Amino acid sequence: MRDIYLDNNATTKVDPQVVDVMLPYFTEQFGNPSSIHRFADGVAKGIKNARQQIQELLGCEHDSEIIFTSCGTESDSTAILSAIKAQPFKKEIITTAVEHPAILNLCEYLEKEGYTIHRLPVDKRGRLNLEAYKAMLSDKVAIVSVMWANNETGTIFPVVEMAEMANAAGVMFHTDAVQAVGKIPMNLKDTKIDMLSLSGHKLHAPKGIGVLYLKRGTRYRPLLRGGHQERGRRAGTENSASIVGLGKACELALQYMEHENTHVKAMRDRLERGIVEQIPHCFITGDLENRLPNTTDIAFEYIEGEAILMLLNKAGIAASSGSACTSGSLEPSHVMRAMGIPYTAAHGTIRFSFSRYNSMADVDQVLKVMPDIAAALRNLSPYWENGAPVANPEQAFAPTYS
Amino acid sequence: MWDYSEKVQEHFFNPKNAGAVKDANAIGEVGSISCGDALRLTLKVNPESEIIEESGFQTFGCGSAIASSSVLTEIIKGMTLDEALKVTNQDIADHLDGLPPEKMHCSVMGREALQAAVANYRGEEWSDDHEEGALVCKCFAIDAVMIEEMVWANKLRTVEDVTNFTKAGGGCAACHEDIEAILEKVLAEKGEKFDPDAAPIEVAKPKAEKKPLTNLQRIKRIEEVLDSLRPQLMADGGNVELVEVIGNTAYVNMTGACNGCQMSAMTIAGIQQRLMEVLGEFIKVVPASEMAKLVTIGA
Repeated sequence: MRDIYLDNNATTKVDPQVVDVMLPYFTEQFGNPSSIHRFADGVAKGIKNARQQIQELLGCEHDSEIIFTSCGTESDSTAILSAIKAQPFKKEIITTAVEHPAILNLCEYLEKEGYTIHRLPVDKRGRLNLEAYKAMLSDKVAIVSVMWANNETGTIFPVVEMAEMANAAGVMFHTDAVQAVGKIPMNLKDTKIDMLSLSGHKLHAPKGIGVLYLKRGTRYRPLLRGGHQERGRRAGTENSASIVGLGKACELALQYMEHENTHVKAMRDRLERGIVEQIPHCFITGDLENRLPNTTDIAFEYIEGEAILMLLNKAGIAASSGSACTSGSLEPSHVMRAMGIPYTAAHGTIRFSFSRYNSMADVDQVLKVMPDIAAALRNLSPYWENGAPVANPEQAFAPTYS
Repeated sequence: MWDYSEKVQEHFFNPKNAGAVKDANAIGEVGSISCGDALRLTLKVNPESEIIEESGFQTFGCGSAIASSSVLTEIIKGMTLDEALKVTNQDIADHLDGLPPEKMHCSVMGREALQAAVANYRGEEWSDDHEEGALVCKCFAIDAVMIEEMVWANKLRTVEDVTNFTKAGGGCAACHEDIEAILEKVLAEKGEKFDPDAAPIEVAKPKAEKKPLTNLQRIKRIEEVLDSLRPQLMADGGNVELVEVIGNTAYVNMTGACNGCQMSAMTIAGIQQRLMEVLGEFIKVVPASEMAKLVTIGA
C-alpha cells in the first residue's frame, strides 16, 4: 500500500515538471546572472520569465514588484522591518492572534524593543472582528500584517477589505499569503495590499525560495544590503534554479486553480464529512464557509494528537496536529487557544491538507482506519468509558495539575 | 516526529495494563500542565503485605505519556508500596531506553501518579512539590522555572553563572538568548540591571597551583573537584567515581543515572573543563571503560 501524504500545508512534493525546468540551471546555465558570458546568458532570461509567471499568478501590475527571497519567513521579516525602518516615528503594529510564528515571534521581539503590538483576537470559528480592527488603525501604526489564510484551519481572512481600511487610514498593509497563494485566485493590482509573502515549497516548488511582493511606490528599506540583485532590494546571488522552479510552479498553480477548488475540495469535503459521520465527539474547527479548499482541521475530543499521528503514521498516513506534544512546546496550538477550543479537544486536533496529488482512494483509506484509531485511544483515555465520554468529564476526572 | 526508542514504540503500540483496575484501592490522578497530558493510575494493593497485585492506567496524552504509563504499571507490579515509592522518573525513562528531553516530563507524571496513588491508599493528601516551566535548555532538559529559582536563590548574574549552577546553556549554547531574557527579567524584579560582561559570582574554589603538581596532589585536587560537582550529578540521580589517574589522564566511572545517559559525554567534558580551571593544567577525563581496553591491548 502506498503512503498517503495529507500534510500539504506543511510542505509539498516538488512537481516533476518543476524539477525538469530546474535541472539545466545546476550544470549548464550555472553562471551568475550578473555576469556577461554565455554561461549566464540564459540565467537572467530564466529569472525574468519566472518573474512574469509569478506576476500572472498574483495578478500584480509589474513584474518588478516581485522580490525573490529565501523563504516565507524572510519575506515576512523584510516586510515588517522595512515598514518600521521607513517610518521610525510610528511605534505600533497591528496583527492577529493566529498568525504564523514568523510574524508572531518577530512581533514579540519588537515588543521588547518598545513597539506596541495589537493582536486582533478571533471568535470561536476563527473569524476577526473588523470593527475592532478599524478602531486600532491610526497614524501611529507602522504596518498591519494579517495572514490571507490560516495554516491550521484554512480559515480565510478578508485581507482585501482590511487593506482598503488600512489604506484609508494611511497605514501600510502586509499579508502572509504563504498558505493562500496557488489555492485561491488573487488579483493584487486591484487591491490595496502593499506587501505579500509567499513561499515556494507550499505550492510544489522547492524549499528555500520565497517572494516578497512589493507594490510599486511602497516605501521600502531592504533587509539585506549588498549587491545590486533584485534592484538592490534584496542583495545576495540569486537562487536561480529555485527561482525558475518557482516560476514553473506558479504557472502550474494557475492551471490547476479550478481543479484545486473543485476536485481537491471534493476530496477534503468527503473526508471531513465521513469522519464527522463515523466518529462521535469530533468537530471541524475554523470558519467552515470560508476556508481554503484543501484544508480540514478536526478536533477529536478526549484523545491527544501526537498519539493519533503515530497511529496514522503506522497506517501509512501523514497528517499533522495542533497538540502541544508534537511541537515540544508547552501549550496546544495558539490558533486553537485563540478560538477558545477546550484543552481536551485542542490537544486532539488533526489537520489533513490535500494537494492535486491526492486521490479519492486516499480519502477512503483514511476513513477506513480513522474510526479504529480514535476508538483505540479513547479506550486508554480517563475521559472515556464504555464507548462514550464519562458523565461530567470535568468532575469525573480532575487530576492534580503540576 | 520524535526520535522514540523501540521500547517507547512497543509500549505505545501495545500498551500493557490499559484501563482501570476493578476494585482498585489506590487511585492517583495527576496531570502535567506543561502539555495538558493527564493520567489516572489505579492499583489493587494487598492490605496485608502492601504488595501491588494489579495496576492499570488510563492516559490522555501523547505517545511517550502512554508508553511511560504502560511501563510504570509493569515496573511496580509485585512491588510493595515502599519499594514502589523508590521508583524515580529516571527509572521509568531508563526502562523505555530513554526519552527525548522535551518528553522527560511524561516520566515525571508517571512518578507523581504513583505517589498520588500511594497517598490515596494511605489516606494522605498528596501535593505536588514542583512547578514546571517552558523548556529552555534542550541539551540538559532544564526549564525556565528552575532557572528562575536558581537565579533568585543564588543571586546569579550571568549566563555563565546559570550554566555553573544548573547546567542550562552548557551544551549547544543555542538557549543563551533565552537565559539572558530570564536574567534580565529576574534582575529587573530585584531592581538590578543585567550586564552580560559582569564578573561571574564568586564560587569558592581552590586556587590554581603555580608549581607543577605531584601525582598525589593532583589526585587530591581531582577528588576535591569531583566532590564539588557531585551534588549536581546526584540531583539528576547520577554520580561519578575516580578510578585511576595516570599522568594527566583521569579515569572515571559515571554511575547511577549518568551511566548510559545520552548526556554523559557532555557531562564528562564539563568535568574536564572544571578540573582544568581548578588545577591550572591540562587534564583529560576518560571513562574507566576505556582504561580497561588500553590495558588489554597493552597486555
